[in-house]
Amino acid sequence: MKRLLYLIPVLFGITFLTFALTYFSPGDPAVMMLSATGQAPSPELVKKVREQLGLNTSFLVQYLHWITGVFTGNFGISYKYSKPVLDLILQALPATFKLAGVSMIMMILIALPLGIISALHKNKTLDYVIRVISFFGISMPGFWIGLLLMYVFSLKLKILPVMGDSGWTSIILPSVTLTVAMASKYTRQLRASILEEISQNYVIGARARGIKERYILLKHVLKCSLLSIITLLGLSLGSLLGGTAVVETIFSWPGVGKLAVEAIFTRDYPLIQGYVVWMTVIYVLINMVVDISYYILDPRIRLEKRA
Amino acid sequence: MKKFGLFLKENKLFTFLCILVLILIAVAMLAPWISPNDPFKSNMANSLQGRSSKFPLGTDNLGRCVFSRLLYGGQNSLKMTFSLVILVFVIGTAVGTTAGYLGGVIDNIIMRFSDIFLAFPGIIFAIAIAGVLGPSSTNTVIALIVVNWVKYARVSRSLVMSVREKDYIKLARMGGARKYQLILKYVVPNIIPSLIVMATMDIGTMMLEISSLSFLGLGPQPPTPEWGYMLNEGRSYMQTSPGLMVYPGIAIFITVMVFNLLGDSIRDILDPKKEY
Repeated sequence: MKRLLYLIPVLFGITFLTFALTYFSPGDPAVMMLSATGQAPSPELVKKVREQLGLNTSFLVQYLHWITGVFTGNFGISYKYSKPVLDLILQALPATFKLAGVSMIMMILIALPLGIISALHKNKTLDYVIRVISFFGISMPGFWIGLLLMYVFSLKLKILPVMGDSGWTSIILPSVTLTVAMASKYTRQLRASILEEISQNYVIGARARGIKERYILLKHVLKCSLLSIITLLGLSLGSLLGGTAVVETIFSWPGVGKLAVEAIFTRDYPLIQGYVVWMTVIYVLINMVVDISYYILDPRIRLEKRA
Repeated sequence: MKKFGLFLKENKLFTFLCILVLILIAVAMLAPWISPNDPFKSNMANSLQGRSSKFPLGTDNLGRCVFSRLLYGGQNSLKMTFSLVILVFVIGTAVGTTAGYLGGVIDNIIMRFSDIFLAFPGIIFAIAIAGVLGPSSTNTVIALIVVNWVKYARVSRSLVMSVREKDYIKLARMGGARKYQLILKYVVPNIIPSLIVMATMDIGTMMLEISSLSFLGLGPQPPTPEWGYMLNEGRSYMQTSPGLMVYPGIAIFITVMVFNLLGDSIRDILDPKKEY
């Protein structure tokens, strides 16, 4: 509950920073809006648009105006598309969610077993193989992996579509691209946190009592490292959201990331603002779910609260 | 000096990686002398050529030598990465140390401020900042500083808080040391090593972040060669000359890998207890 209250200043801070960012940026929004829609920015027209947009008022007034709009779902009108930003974002969000969701599931399916196997076989051949592969994975730029995959599977083998969202096969390349780097990182973190848990005294105790290694790992160690597993998952979701911007641009995936990158080049500020606020709120909510899951999963925290 | 030699002998992997890093830096810095061709000179008659003795890695769409551009690009990428890492390190540590040492209201304000920065998903915020400031290498570095300083501030703050109550600090305070003297002479030297490990381990990641921003076109503007942007340029010619997008990728991959390995090995040397 305290966490929820705590969100309010954070949300205000986020919106304030986002707004300040575009407010203090070089260039007159009125001119940009006109040129984005293909009109010559004549002085009279600029003056009219400035009044329309309320640009002649002070920073704080403009921020308050914008923020009340944001809370009622009005993010302004996109300069380029002349449509409400909210509609544009809501239209593109499902595609991004689809991509992020598929990548996340793949990431968990790959990283969880690999991390556990790697920790279990510490310093043996299998562990080395996994570590080397995951090391390659974290050292490669994600967009490069994407381009290479595109080259091999779409251009040379011609078995997967190059771009866009056309049928279920088109999600394979973008999601694999996102997954490689994420899964590599997650595998390494999982291995480290499981190994740390294994060095705890209770594990030594269980070993001394002659309990089977596998049983200790599955019954005790995994249960105890669940918290760090979930924390890391929450964090990787943040980089997953960021990664979608790049991957969507490469594969022309019709999500919010591509929308935002295009908005940057057309200097479509309301759209950029809307994108940052939406992504950040999603990220904050994910982290809150992570926090709440601590409470449910860890009896220590629950008891502490009650006491 | 003798001790240093012994240290290098004992940690062979570390020595090897240091040499690799030095070679990378040397190659990048010597680009003007060792590149076979002018990286900016375009010649449409030579465009999209394969490997040859004149152009070791072929030419790009404007007929520029890819190998020379890679060398110059490395110079730009490394410069940006190092300035980013150093600035993030200095700013983050300064803010974190101040907050941790002074405590109280200032600490509270700084920490609440950093909460807000932490709430943004890093790369998204960076893309927005770099985009709004306008594409250039300086703005890319600025954007990534804004995103990354918080981590250093947090870690240095917690390190300072654990050092602050140590006896030698109390003694120094009793001895009449001034506040800034205390911080600079006694607190900072004790927290620097762990932060340096963290910074070394971050070099690779920061390099990847820089290259993603330039890949999107937010980094240095053409005709300046930069690895991330070269990949972006090369992608349109994937079908006819795949080398254009393969070579810059390999360059980023190898450089990031060497720095990641160096980070890991420094951590292993300074913190052998932890098992990774």
